[in-house]
Amino acid sequence: MQQGPIALGNKRSNWLMELIAVWGFVQRNYYLTKRYFWWELVWLVYTTANALSIGYIGAGLGGENIASATTFLLIGALLWSYLSMLFDILAETVMWERWEGTIEYTFMSPVSRATHLIGTGIYAVIYGIIRMVVMLGVISLFFDLQLRNANYLAAFVILAIASVSLVGFGMVGSVMPLLSPEKGAQVTFIFASILLLVSGVYYPIEVLPGWMQALAKISPAYYALQGMRSALVDGAALASQWANIWPLLIIGAVSVPLGIRIFELGERFAKRTGRLKRSG
Amino acid sequence: MHALELSGVHKAFKKSKAERKDGDGPAKALDGVSLTVNRGEIVGILGPNGSGKSTLVRVISTLIVPDAGSVRVFGVDALKEAKTVQRTMNRVSVEASFFKKLSAMENLLYGAKLYGMTTSEAKPRIKEILANIGFEYSRAGEPMEHLSRGMQQKIALARALLTSPMLMLLDEPTTGLDPRSKKEVQAFVRQIHGSHDSSVLLCTHDMAEAEDLCDRVGIMLDGQIIEMDEPGTLKRRYQQNGKLPTLEDVFMAATGKSFEEAEDKEARQAEKVEVG
Repeated sequence: MQQGPIALGNKRSNWLMELIAVWGFVQRNYYLTKRYFWWELVWLVYTTANALSIGYIGAGLGGENIASATTFLLIGALLWSYLSMLFDILAETVMWERWEGTIEYTFMSPVSRATHLIGTGIYAVIYGIIRMVVMLGVISLFFDLQLRNANYLAAFVILAIASVSLVGFGMVGSVMPLLSPEKGAQVTFIFASILLLVSGVYYPIEVLPGWMQALAKISPAYYALQGMRSALVDGAALASQWANIWPLLIIGAVSVPLGIRIFELGERFAKRTGRLKRSG
Repeated sequence: MHALELSGVHKAFKKSKAERKDGDGPAKALDGVSLTVNRGEIVGILGPNGSGKSTLVRVISTLIVPDAGSVRVFGVDALKEAKTVQRTMNRVSVEASFFKKLSAMENLLYGAKLYGMTTSEAKPRIKEILANIGFEYSRAGEPMEHLSRGMQQKIALARALLTSPMLMLLDEPTTGLDPRSKKEVQAFVRQIHGSHDSSVLLCTHDMAEAEDLCDRVGIMLDGQIIEMDEPGTLKRRYQQNGKLPTLEDVFMAATGKSFEEAEDKEARQAEKVEVG
């Protein structure tokens, strides 16, 4: 039992302190988004323009099923923009703080890394969903999307479950800038591009070689896309989506603790080698 | 029990490939540092740039893991129970580390939440602290980048004070400030010490600051603490011809180098050390 002034510190229970800190990270990221509003708007225009271009590729293919092909591509583009947003925000966990010079202040505070990453992940999910809804609204002005039967509630639930897995993958990627301050961030793009390649974002995975199809089966983006396309295009109810939900639950249950653990190991490495702060 | 106790702390960083010669080992940033800070005491570490002061502060702040030695804060092992130790201390560094687009208030609220304080608990305290340091509350909503360097450093001190630390680590808090801001920050450090009974470790290369603020002063060079005592005692120790020397003279007598020479040499060595 410790004696002396150390026992006089904040008497709040650990879990409550961590919960307050989770809110602290969500609030801080909200403040940052607010302050960089015009840049966020520019980024939104860019991703929306990208999604529209992809929609027009579908339209340009011609044939009888233009509308369904366009819808297929645009749902892929929307989900991809969401996934990219999650990855970007999580990768910035280290990059942005290093650039601002706040990284040491955050890392010397009594906050667990799980709290840090979960707080960042929660904000990324909320902000990503808002952006996706705005994009969907804009895109629907340009294309006749086949969403007459859409089950939006089921799509939202699938997206929420998938988000947990995607955040877990993002956490794994976010450790890279800790390991290599100069080039680490770029490695996160490799993660993202592999997911883009194998998950069936813009094409059915059946066109891929067998080994890539096997990789798709461990990608949360694949199940998220399957589930969302079924819910939005076919109006599939949640009850019929179990085949997409259970893999997402398992991937989430593995990837989040794994992501946190890998980040903790990366942090220990950075503290041993003095890489937490790039200079000074 | 000491507020802070370091024993035989070593830390070395590998050199960059370009600077490594045959048989070159890692560059020693801390070479067997031992020191204590008593409760309520201000201990200064005086050394040129690159002498290891910042590495010392980072080791105590749990931001760098030492290769050997022990660090205890109020009797708790900082290496094994980092989180317990982190709750009891805070740090102000030479750079005001803030989100520059966010306001002082937003930065302070973020800092408070990291230490388990809610907005409703933090706001009145922020108001009180800002009033104490003579910072206009109406400016708390301005982005940090609009504030002068001196004002930013005051906010850094306010942020540290907000968490009621029992151990304050001040790493060159007045470096780069204009004389007036420097005096204001030093006065605030005295005030913190007087009213909050914090123990303080102050790293500086400002001789006058060390002499003025510190109960004891350590002289650091090449990652080692060469001397450690009360400023008056140090001066008497190196007294010659019945005349009390300045701290600068003490530094020269203890290290065999003038402060400027030591700073040049340390700076050259520091450039060669790859820390990232």
